[in-house]
Amino acid sequence: MSAMNAAGPSQGANAPSGGSATAAGVERGGNMTLLRVSGLQMRFGGLLAVDDVTFDVQRHEVFAIIGPNGAGKTTVFNCVGGFYRPTAGEVTLDGQAIAGLPSHQVARKGLVRTFQNIRLFRQLTVVENLLVAQHLQVKSGLLHGLFATPAYRRAEREALEHAVSWLKRMGLSAVANRAAGTLSYGHQRRLEIARCMITKPRLLMLDEPAAGLNPQEKNELSELIDGLRREFGIAVLLIEHDMSLVMGVSDRILVMEHGRPIMVGKPEEVRNDPRVIKAYLGED
Amino acid sequence: MTTTSIPMTQSLKNAITAALMTAILTVPILGLQLKLEGYQVVLEPHWKLVWLAVGAVFLFQLLKPLWNRASSAIQLPGLPELGVQQQRITLWVLLAVGFVWPFFGSRGAVDIATLALIYVILGLGLNIVVGFTGLLNLGYAGFYAIGGYTYAILNQRYGLSFWECLPLSAAMSALFGLLLGFPVLRLRGDYLAIVTLGFGEIIRLLANSLDSLTGGPDGISSIPKPTVFGIEMARSASVEGARTFHEIMGWEYSGEHMVVFLYLLALLLVCLTLFVTNRLIRMPMGRAWEALREDEIACRSLGLNPTRIKLSAFTLSSTFAGIGGAFFAARQGLVNPESFTFIESALILAVVVLGGMGSQLGVILAAILLTLLPEFARGFAEYRMLIFGLVMVLMMIWRPQGLLPAQRPQVELPQ
Repeated sequence: MSAMNAAGPSQGANAPSGGSATAAGVERGGNMTLLRVSGLQMRFGGLLAVDDVTFDVQRHEVFAIIGPNGAGKTTVFNCVGGFYRPTAGEVTLDGQAIAGLPSHQVARKGLVRTFQNIRLFRQLTVVENLLVAQHLQVKSGLLHGLFATPAYRRAEREALEHAVSWLKRMGLSAVANRAAGTLSYGHQRRLEIARCMITKPRLLMLDEPAAGLNPQEKNELSELIDGLRREFGIAVLLIEHDMSLVMGVSDRILVMEHGRPIMVGKPEEVRNDPRVIKAYLGED
Repeated sequence: MTTTSIPMTQSLKNAITAALMTAILTVPILGLQLKLEGYQVVLEPHWKLVWLAVGAVFLFQLLKPLWNRASSAIQLPGLPELGVQQQRITLWVLLAVGFVWPFFGSRGAVDIATLALIYVILGLGLNIVVGFTGLLNLGYAGFYAIGGYTYAILNQRYGLSFWECLPLSAAMSALFGLLLGFPVLRLRGDYLAIVTLGFGEIIRLLANSLDSLTGGPDGISSIPKPTVFGIEMARSASVEGARTFHEIMGWEYSGEHMVVFLYLLALLLVCLTLFVTNRLIRMPMGRAWEALREDEIACRSLGLNPTRIKLSAFTLSSTFAGIGGAFFAARQGLVNPESFTFIESALILAVVVLGGMGSQLGVILAAILLTLLPEFARGFAEYRMLIFGLVMVLMMIWRPQGLLPAQRPQVELPQ
């Protein structure tokens, strides 16, 4: 744990321009496992939505969860992110148990997510969305803000610069002053990812990020995920239906069906596994 | 031809249904009236009224499509959409005019304007919770009462002056805001509205029944007016040897000085409120309020603690109610539970909704409008609430986003 704390500041330079945080994390963290989920179970009354799900996500890994609709992928997300309290099982981030913690505390530990149906602050502008997300970084007391002390103004300016650099990185500079709700779908997706990244996470969870994107945008998304992982040394946990995206970008894949894991493996293993083919295409 | 004939039969059907409904509703209310005849109570039919109502509804429903078509061509007058810059200029002009005119206005007018300014403070304060944070507070008069009573009690018991009590009143209201905040944090929407409504009533009932502390239904009277920073403003000094304001200034004593002074003081408090709320909404805290209004789950997913955000909104919002309450007590010279009924909460909420939730200039305009209208319409005093309701209904139809929809202070990036 102390090793990770030591590695933390190296991510401090989490501006899109600086990009060599990867190495530090690997060397110092002797333990390569970032997220570990074991025996996860989620029961809603009589419905067993997720049962006995076990997997782990390594540092700098892109890990995907796939499965037919209703397989329980998003429920796993919600359990990991603190939105549900799992009925059984353990979730640890860097050795620390996080299952059952409120979601905002999970987020503070460096695990942030996007949502299947995009959740932006729709009436706030694009820049403001990114400023809100830096809430934790911008430490400013009430009085500092009221009297606009130099420390406060500096913090605000830094937050704004940080936001601007992320807008550039995501190609959103042109729409910076527009209300987030008025953006095109693809831009909204990008903004949501930028809003996560600006919190300097260790694990980024994307819930169907390619839904509703056109092929061009899907390619860009694929490059983006790969780029983020390389530049910022984050791990990515991904739920996605689009197979070409998943196969292209993931290191390992967990396949789920009816709330249970079928297998974990590399893309080529998953692609050829008869159980997976059966789950997706049915019998025969 | 066919396109018009189909809606025609449709509207005829509508009209008949509506007329029937009217008949059912109006027969017991208008048609049958109780009358005392000797010893007996008899029902006296008044069919004429029923027919009139039914006929009116029938005609109205029948002609509504025609009316709609005609009116769609007419643009209802609308206030111009003001940009951030224009709103700011308007605000400065309003303030400048506000500082100058009482020296020329009549005593009565200045007095009413002072009342309007109290509602501006309250409206701006409630705007934090309702407009910025998107939570409903139906018990705002409770915090207002706490401010007023704090000044009254501290003054009566410990002889503290207005200026000493002003921050204390604000702090006391803030404390209660914080206390109320804790239980209501997990509630939202209708449930929150009910709890805050209950809170407002609890405060009023406590004021009514804690005789030893609050003076019960009679309240606390002879609360001193504010001093001009320590100098009394009265015909003669209450303390032997002290000089009063008009003696120092070398003026003839006049009651009007006090009225103007109170007005200017209220205006100063409005400026303070405006300054603070304006700053708050540009600060991380204010942004977090707005983010919470937009999407609480997204807030949590980014590590923002919704509990703390709501608490800060509740606390700061009630602070301004405390300031307004202390000033109200000083101006009135009297506080009693009557002044802090639910109607008061509703009125302040109406100020925020009418002005445009989150819009500061809108709230100011609405506060002035809602205080001045009843004064101008004294002749219709009985129908005040009716007119009030009508205005609200019309607003919902005509301009649901309020008089001046919020133009949030945006962090503008140079392109």
